[in-house]
Amino acid sequence: MQTLTKLGYNIAGPVLALIISFAIGGIFIAIIGKDPLAVYSQFFSDTLGNAYGIGQVLFKATPLIFTGLASAICFRAGLFNIGAEGQLIIGAFCIAFVGNVFGILPAIFLLPLCILAGFIGGACWGIIPGLLKATFGAHEVINTIMMNFIAAALVNYFVSNVFFVPATVHTPDIVPAAHLSRLDFFFESFHGAPVNLSLFIAIGAALLLHVYLWKTSLGYELRATGLNLNAARYAGIHVERHMIGTLTLGGGLAGLAGMNFVMGYKHYFELGFSEGAGFIGIAVALLARNNPIGIVLTSIFFGILQYGSLTINTIVPKELANILQAIVILCIIVLSKVIDRHMVRLQKQSVAAEVHA
Amino acid sequence: MYAVEMQHITKRFGHFTANHQVDFQVHEGEIHALIGENGAGKSTLMRILYGFYTPDAGQIYINGREVKIQKPSDAITLGVGMVHQHFMLIPPLTVTENIILGKEETNRLGILNLPLAAKQLTELSQTYRLHIDPSAKIEQVSIGFQQRIEILKILYRNAQIIILDEPTPILTPQEIDDLFKVLLQLKSEGKTIILITHKLSEVMTISNRITIMRHGKIVGTRETKSTTQTELARLMIGEEIGPPISKRPFIAHKDILIMEQVSAKGDRGVLAVRNVSLNVKEGEIIGIAGVEGNGQSELVQVIAGLRPFQVGEISIGSHSLSPTHGHQALAHIPEDRLRFGLILDFTLQENLILGRQQELRFRHYYFLQDSETRSYSSELIHSFDIRPEELSLPARNFSGGNQQKIVVARELSKNVPLIVASQPTRGLDIRAIDFIHNSLISERNKGKAILLVSSDLGEILKLSDRIAVMYEGEITKVFLTADTDEREIGMYMTGAKKKSA
Repeated sequence: MQTLTKLGYNIAGPVLALIISFAIGGIFIAIIGKDPLAVYSQFFSDTLGNAYGIGQVLFKATPLIFTGLASAICFRAGLFNIGAEGQLIIGAFCIAFVGNVFGILPAIFLLPLCILAGFIGGACWGIIPGLLKATFGAHEVINTIMMNFIAAALVNYFVSNVFFVPATVHTPDIVPAAHLSRLDFFFESFHGAPVNLSLFIAIGAALLLHVYLWKTSLGYELRATGLNLNAARYAGIHVERHMIGTLTLGGGLAGLAGMNFVMGYKHYFELGFSEGAGFIGIAVALLARNNPIGIVLTSIFFGILQYGSLTINTIVPKELANILQAIVILCIIVLSKVIDRHMVRLQKQSVAAEVHA
Repeated sequence: MYAVEMQHITKRFGHFTANHQVDFQVHEGEIHALIGENGAGKSTLMRILYGFYTPDAGQIYINGREVKIQKPSDAITLGVGMVHQHFMLIPPLTVTENIILGKEETNRLGILNLPLAAKQLTELSQTYRLHIDPSAKIEQVSIGFQQRIEILKILYRNAQIIILDEPTPILTPQEIDDLFKVLLQLKSEGKTIILITHKLSEVMTISNRITIMRHGKIVGTRETKSTTQTELARLMIGEEIGPPISKRPFIAHKDILIMEQVSAKGDRGVLAVRNVSLNVKEGEIIGIAGVEGNGQSELVQVIAGLRPFQVGEISIGSHSLSPTHGHQALAHIPEDRLRFGLILDFTLQENLILGRQQELRFRHYYFLQDSETRSYSSELIHSFDIRPEELSLPARNFSGGNQQKIVVARELSKNVPLIVASQPTRGLDIRAIDFIHNSLISERNKGKAILLVSSDLGEILKLSDRIAVMYEGEITKVFLTADTDEREIGMYMTGAKKKSA
């Protein structure tokens, strides 16, 4: 089959999925007595129609890039990291703590220190399931999930009893030296949108990960470990080291997601700020087929969905917006399979036609 | 009227045409051999007949009636049965349970009537002299036994047309004789047998007619009594293959691999390698003969550092091996190329440096050196004739023979004194086998020490300077190749003869 046809299908797939999911969503909207066209036009004009909307979308996308990468790098090594949520919470809390307690440091030291704190905090939450997997063979799915509970409870305790502003569920502010500038500081038109420099750090992380996976010998070994454990061992690769290292790296990346909120937006850590970014990251990674660059794009797509759902809140209930999001994801996943099958069938027909010609 | 007639069958996988306009006819009551190189399309054609694949175009007739075979159960209903290269048995279940699987006899309450099934099986096995124990568990029985079970499974389903996909490479010479007796008896009862094979000598002994395939097409059908092995070989590969490289006499001085009383546990925790002492010298090929599952695989894994050993000492060159871990500097052609030797989703180029990715030739600091890897890969592709010559094609898309060539090319290009080759030619066609044999001999002539493990006795006899027989984890006998023959080795392989006290 021609490459062009194939490419056509690859583009047509997601587009078709969007159309179908919006059609299904439209039925729901009509059922509750609203006008689907009005809802959709608001959805698109508010997200992509102006710079403020785009800024909001990018703000929503930023943590998803980090958590998407955190899941993807582990998938590439054959590991299921379900713990990005916990890693993110710990990382974000560490950033808030360091940004406040080491407030006397100048920005040039404090900024890297905060970022490092986020990475190390998340990495600690990744290395534990990594060590358990490599030494005892304990399954990382269970352990990363358990680590999520520990992270949530631990941070809950600290934010309620140890490091907090009375009568709130957040920590004291970090000092201004630890702030990451918003992009409206550089581009006036983003005015008011919370998107900040951590977006570029996220994109940079994606690029670095791309290089790591495909240009370095360690990335080669990591992929070998994920694709065929036996062959990796046969090739003298220390697969256990890669398991530990990759879960640690994944944890660190998830921890960095905390930058967006703590250093770039509210300047404190608040319980429940993540809105499940750790879990959505898994979906982002799967949809992007664990490709770091694809994760940036997929995260922006999820950003559109998330922020778009907020904007239509004025017309339809929030639950409907959530339903719409879920329908889109389901449609894309199902349709990509349907299209694969269709291509196989088309090929059969073309062979049969050729033979009979 | 034919028992089986396939007309204009075409089947493609992506760009690859596995069967092109194939016409294939089998008479009722004959043993029909289907031969051809690897990737010639024999297995594909038979899997179409058995309903594993549906053809892109073409018709199938069974006993003159056109049929649609969409899935294996359709084929079974039509009386077609197939014994696969890799057995489809469930190890923890008994022989009886495995055989009735999919055709269980139950009473009105849905409860299995196992004793009845066992009785039927015993009768069936007596009729065909396929000796089995209905209550044995699959995991406890030999490969030859498992094959008999697969054949019984098919007979139990009243198959009239029986397809056997390469049944003999895993059997001992004695077991092959027994299998052929069974096939002849089945034939005398009017059953139709289609035999896929590579081995021309077997074809000449057992078949009535022979169909030869090459590159997805039928190149001819012959009456066995009016053809010769030479003609068949020419039809299969389209040319004659030259005589093998001759072995240069090599006066060996230095032991490269030294094993002293090595014992190691298998996967189930019992000793799989028992008290093995063996030295391999430079410029020598030592063949390890044995029925599969007698500890050869475990022995190779121990030498390669993939399996810990409990007792004994091993050294390679002047390096002694840690009993618990450690990857070794050796060239290792693993027996299971798909599980160990290749990463199917890696490209050809990536697979060619598997295990060598940390060599300074292929990396600069942490960065892979793409241009160096590329030129090295192109060189190997050329000298080992790997096809297609596409560096970025995933290993998954290569034929079995070419996949094996990728592994062999990579391993033989290593500059190390010891080569361990485990089943290096299993499932390959004549030309690829010939190529790999010549490669091994020329490495030997360069002074490499080679340990060859193979269940193909012909291969062992052809290549080895010395032959060690392994039985139940022990080396029961070491011969000079010139001093022995197939029969004698067979006796040791089956344990009929054991270590002289």
